[in-house]
Amino acid sequence: MLARIQVPKETNRGELITVRVAIQHPMETGFRYDHMGRVIPKNVVNTLTCSYNGIEVFRAEMGSGISANPYLQFYTRAVATGEMVFEWVDDAGERGSERVAIAVTG
Amino acid sequence: MPMNRSRRRFLVVTAAGALIAHVRICSALPALEGLQPLVDQITGGAALREGRVALDIPHLSDNGHSVPLKISVTSQMNERDYVRTIHVLSEKNPRPLVAVFHLNPQCGRAEISTRVRLNGAQNLLVIAAMSDGSYWASSAEVIVTETACLDAT
Repeated sequence: MLARIQVPKETNRGELITVRVAIQHPMETGFRYDHMGRVIPKNVVNTLTCSYNGIEVFRAEMGSGISANPYLQFYTRAVATGEMVFEWVDDAGERGSERVAIAVTG
Repeated sequence: MPMNRSRRRFLVVTAAGALIAHVRICSALPALEGLQPLVDQITGGAALREGRVALDIPHLSDNGHSVPLKISVTSQMNERDYVRTIHVLSEKNPRPLVAVFHLNPQCGRAEISTRVRLNGAQNLLVIAAMSDGSYWASSAEVIVTETACLDAT
């Protein structure tokens, strides 16, 4: 699964970091039909977690009420140089993950 | 023409009055159509207080497929006072629970932006669960011209 994640490359200790995540996913509601009249099964990215140096800083549980290609923006505080790991999973069990390095000065 | 001027004044004053009345209605928590069981499940029966949650969502949306929503909760976001979870509830969607966000003191700012699907004109209810066990909520009315669930009859 493709995803675009925006995190500043470097920042100062204690600063707020704006995190933007956009995942390419149809977020099928389970209420739509294909051209044969069959129900397209529900398949949404149900969980996204963001951990920063091994500590979970944000988690989102999403349903069919979140738009296709889910987009999230949230904040976290810069504590130390390290890595942010984003992991998500959809109803079909397909997983995606992305790692972003962040340099913290001061 | 004094007659005309007073008419104009009357119109301006009544329009302003109507606008204020409208804003007042929107700021109060509305009667929640069928959401009460879900709200009770989230709060565990605790009181739901109005305030601290600010919602930024367009009042009118041409279609419900992707409506930008920004939630900000007033909180210090430190160990003593922080937002634990934010629940987004929809009055008319087939699945009323839109999303749950889990936060912690390290977030620094309790603000989340996302995009939601809306099945028609409705009220959105957002509940913030605080670290001290209190629950704060706010609602926003959205008019949606074309719903997100046209296929679901």
